[in-house]
Amino acid sequence: MSAETPVLTPRALARARRKTALVTFWREFRKDRRGMSGLIILAVMIAVALLAPVLANSRGLNPIYATAAPNSGPSLQFLLGTDSDGRSVLTELIWGARNSLLVGLTATLISILIGALVGVVAGHFGSIRARAGRLTDNLLMRATDWFLVVPFLPLAMVVARTIGPSLGVIILVIGLTSWAGTARIVRAQALAVETRPYLERAKALGAGHWHQMYRHVLPNVMPLLLANTILTVAGTILAETTLSFLGLGDPIRPTWGQMLGAAYSYGVGTGNLVWLLAPGIAVIVVVMAFTLVGHALETVLDPKLRER
Amino acid sequence: MAEAMLEGARAAAEDRSGTGAASSTGLARTLSVKFLSTVITLFVVLVGNFFLFRVLPANPAKNLTHNSTLTAKQLAAINRTFGLGLPLPQQFWNYLVQTFHGNLGRSFVNQLPVSQLIGQALWPTVLLVGTSTVLSTVIGVWIGIRGGWNRGSRFDRSSTAFVNVLYAMPDFWLGMVLLITLAGKLALFPDGGMHSFTGSGSGLAGFGDLLWHLALPCIVLTLVYLAEYSLVMRSSLIDELKADYLLTARAKGLRDDLVRRRHAVPNALLPSVTLIMLNLGFVISGAITTETVFSWPGLGRLSYVALNAPDYPTLEGTFLLFSAAVIVANLVGDLLLTLFDPRVRQA
Repeated sequence: MSAETPVLTPRALARARRKTALVTFWREFRKDRRGMSGLIILAVMIAVALLAPVLANSRGLNPIYATAAPNSGPSLQFLLGTDSDGRSVLTELIWGARNSLLVGLTATLISILIGALVGVVAGHFGSIRARAGRLTDNLLMRATDWFLVVPFLPLAMVVARTIGPSLGVIILVIGLTSWAGTARIVRAQALAVETRPYLERAKALGAGHWHQMYRHVLPNVMPLLLANTILTVAGTILAETTLSFLGLGDPIRPTWGQMLGAAYSYGVGTGNLVWLLAPGIAVIVVVMAFTLVGHALETVLDPKLRER
Repeated sequence: MAEAMLEGARAAAEDRSGTGAASSTGLARTLSVKFLSTVITLFVVLVGNFFLFRVLPANPAKNLTHNSTLTAKQLAAINRTFGLGLPLPQQFWNYLVQTFHGNLGRSFVNQLPVSQLIGQALWPTVLLVGTSTVLSTVIGVWIGIRGGWNRGSRFDRSSTAFVNVLYAMPDFWLGMVLLITLAGKLALFPDGGMHSFTGSGSGLAGFGDLLWHLALPCIVLTLVYLAEYSLVMRSSLIDELKADYLLTARAKGLRDDLVRRRHAVPNALLPSVTLIMLNLGFVISGAITTETVFSWPGLGRLSYVALNAPDYPTLEGTFLLFSAAVIVANLVGDLLLTLFDPRVRQA
């Protein structure tokens, strides 16, 4: 492909190399049937989440405008029936997709950013002989261990209750308490990267810590981080479901967990069963889709796993 | 996330064995380091608890009284009762002394001591979590061995699919679905609680009644947690499949199931054994939601009720107990690993 490239600047070369890598990656990923089905499900779900204002009027979420009979089964007008306020379950499900995915993705973003930062910094300084380096690594890893050990749900319940329940708090709480596993994995990978010759070369050329971490360690940790990110989303969505179910969500912005919580509080098993079934099935489908894609990514990146 | 945590836990275990090898001053040192770090972790929980409930809120007294409007006199009285006007180090010291004396304050809801409420709720949770942990481990490990040994077989494919669905399922949702179908529509099981309202009888009848109430919540927790054990067991058995010692065992002429039972499984079992202990944190999350759904009068339900009251002293107390239990379980898992794995022991 470089034959057509008129000027071979390092940047153009790098771009061409990345492009081929991406094409090979995609070809490999496409072979994974389960990964592809997960990807298609996710595409549909994200489309539903983005198109929520088109698919369902947000006025339907306001109980004031709900005139239908409460907690009634599926009908032609309300395909999935209504909830205890007479709101359409379908409307709530569509807007729930938007909010649940929003919480899952932003919480994951926070979690991954902290995890990657802690992991790369600990791995980088941990590989340095100097005492200060070891100390940094040790302190960061003790903090990681703490978050790894302390039970997530009780901690999240306590924090969310003291700050006050809302969607933003849920995002923060999940993000701030779920990064430890990522930090561990990233650190292990960073330690492996640190022994490579190109880092020695960079050091010999006088690269600073920041340059080494940002230009050399982080890019090489990235693929692993990507797979880990996708798998983390599955976990954060489940965590959101649990916290909202326990009553820590924002009642005006429905998520699937909150729908389940409401269905639990206002009569499990009376009236509209779909109100309970639909959000649960939605959670299972989305979490499975993320898990499938994440495992497929891992397999493509680490062919040793292919046998599993 | 659970899987990420598991990877993290594994990495941590490998890590510890690695750093241990570098210092290499024997078992005693490894053990004392582990005990010390457990004590520090517990202490940090105490500090965090103190900060969350007394320092972080702008005005703890208002927080304590559900933000109701208070006269200056009432506010002063509350500050005096809870010692909120004292300097922070003094408050922290008082808090530590009280906690170590088992005094966790009184519930806002019924004025009973929190330690008494926790004492009452302890046994139901131990019963539920204990039974389901044993069941999920045994069934999960069995599925994992059977699937992993005959990888790609029909059993393996269907069990992996089934387990993946369980893994993606919110435990409380499964609980509600079972509650509606098996307890509600079919009336095979009671719809919650631990004993029948009409009196559970004594002796054998009482025990049967207890088991009948235990069945559904226990099934839910077992199903949700066996998923993880079977996935871990399966993949660690697959990791062992190519090991040289299995080839040797086969070359000796051992039958296939003897190779599996005597050689592969004992080696593959290690991650699962430690996972059981490391996993207690997740089981507690499950206990909180499942006990809520089934009105099981344990610690999980206690903390749910405290969360929504809100009843801060009780919430604080259950958080402290959950954390302590999980931290100690982690230490036990670590020690078991040291005991079972010579590579770690020699470090």
